[in-house]
Amino acid sequence: MTAVARVYRWEIAKLLAQKRTYLGLGTAIVVPIIFVLVLVLRSGGPNDVPLGRYIRDTGLAVPFVVLFFMSIWGLPLITALVAGDIVASESHNGTLKTILTRSRERGQVFAGKTLATATYTLVLVFAMGLVGLVAGSIAWGFHPLTSLSGTKVPAGHGVVLLLASLGVYTLPLAGIAAFGIFLSTVTRNSAAAVVGALMWALLMQLLGVLPGTESIRPYLLGTQFDAWHGFLRTPADWAPVIRAIWLCALYIALPLTGAYLVFLRRDVAGE
Amino acid sequence: MTGAGGMPVEVRGLVKAYGPIRAVDHVDLTVEPGDIYGYLGPNGAGKTTTLRMLLGLIRRDGGSVALFGRDPARGIEALEHVAGFVESPTFYPYLSGRENLQLFGALDGGVDRTRVDEVLEQVELRNRARDRVGTYSLGMRQRLGIAAALLRDPKLLILDEPANGLDPAGIRDMRTLIANLPDRGVTVLYSSHLLAEVEEVCTRVAIVNDGRIAFEGQLDELRGSFGVSYRLETADDQAATTAARDLEVSIAVADGGLSLEADPSAIDRLTVELGRRGIAIRYLARQQRSLEDLFFQLTEEAS
Repeated sequence: MTAVARVYRWEIAKLLAQKRTYLGLGTAIVVPIIFVLVLVLRSGGPNDVPLGRYIRDTGLAVPFVVLFFMSIWGLPLITALVAGDIVASESHNGTLKTILTRSRERGQVFAGKTLATATYTLVLVFAMGLVGLVAGSIAWGFHPLTSLSGTKVPAGHGVVLLLASLGVYTLPLAGIAAFGIFLSTVTRNSAAAVVGALMWALLMQLLGVLPGTESIRPYLLGTQFDAWHGFLRTPADWAPVIRAIWLCALYIALPLTGAYLVFLRRDVAGE
Repeated sequence: MTGAGGMPVEVRGLVKAYGPIRAVDHVDLTVEPGDIYGYLGPNGAGKTTTLRMLLGLIRRDGGSVALFGRDPARGIEALEHVAGFVESPTFYPYLSGRENLQLFGALDGGVDRTRVDEVLEQVELRNRARDRVGTYSLGMRQRLGIAAALLRDPKLLILDEPANGLDPAGIRDMRTLIANLPDRGVTVLYSSHLLAEVEEVCTRVAIVNDGRIAFEGQLDELRGSFGVSYRLETADDQAATTAARDLEVSIAVADGGLSLEADPSAIDRLTVELGRRGIAIRYLARQQRSLEDLFFQLTEEAS
């Protein structure tokens, strides 16, 4: 096992031992279930959101609609909860000096923490999507999906599109996570990093709806939460997907590079 | 015993400044193999800052540090044979004592359960190994900190105030543990603000104050480095004081008698002179000053 893999493994073990992990993961799982229950018990629905009109036609539509609602602040908050804490909690507990005086380089420790945060983000999105699919299918069956272009997509192919969409959806969330890690490293304060990362996500959303921001809108992090729409068109529109990939790579790389350099060089005193 | 080569600790001209304040000011230290080396000084003297630089946690502003010949600022390899803690040992409160040790062992490259049990046994924490560290007392955390350090099978153990939070029995047990370490090839650098805590176990000490080394050497040298004092009682202390000053012997009134700071030959001359002047000597005895007094004098003088 490589050095980074060892750190990664223990970072995952530490996440699994913390309540905040289950709080986030639990929320990601419970939200689609509540969403389905409400729609089962009441008439009407989210007709003005993508695929909202078809939500009672097939369980396949549920995770897509939930993705839309959770992108506003739900998933950014849950992601920030862990990303903002991943380094700062070590400072708070005073354990940073302990792990940095064992046999691992600072870069290896940072890489392990970043990978663990990425894993958490990925699990979060896929757990939410799959629970939404199962809950929706129990309520309304597993039927072909109507795409955003109005064509029918066979249920099996719909699952493939869902998995691809979840994958692309993870990218902007990873951008928020990267910013959370940056704040966690620089501020050494969990609360400041969690709130700061959430504020960053909300700012990106806000800029996207303000008048006069049309020219920068395609490049905002918040806009990339809609990149999966490209998969749901016939034929598939790859432009938003490709833009999300390179743009999110920047949103991820810049704060991570900053955090990495700070982590490598900072004095660790009393933390 | 010197591991990768070189002394366990060689520090030369070490400097750390925070703005205009020099927390560590040209400190030189040499810890030799098999030493139990006391690093002493009042709180705020710069001990912990020095230890942080030794462990590569903070960057230095000047000087050099070598642990077994390797500079901790150049990479984690320098800590290959080194373990310990600064300030106080810290753990993940939501993990058990055993899980914390397993985590640290994994960061070191892996450790088997038997070894974890061994070190837990050594610090008498095996029966609490499954409890979350968040429920441990301060003393138990100190002992777990020593266990975490021993887990690395170090050749150099750096301990910062390890007796903090321990009860008298715990301090005694820890001293015994530390005293036996050189027999197992472990050199110890033991930082404390209490001389009494380390004088029984330390072979050599450095006393630091205001970031500077005020003394380095063996405790016997420390005792010998200060002038010997004598207590004198006479039939006429005022006349005796005059006689002493005539002979340029340092004398002061103390506790109903006189206190002299002089070497034996000066005392010889003074007693003859007192006899010549007809001043009866009622009491004359050499005073053994405690190390604690010397420590305070040294640190107060330096500041």
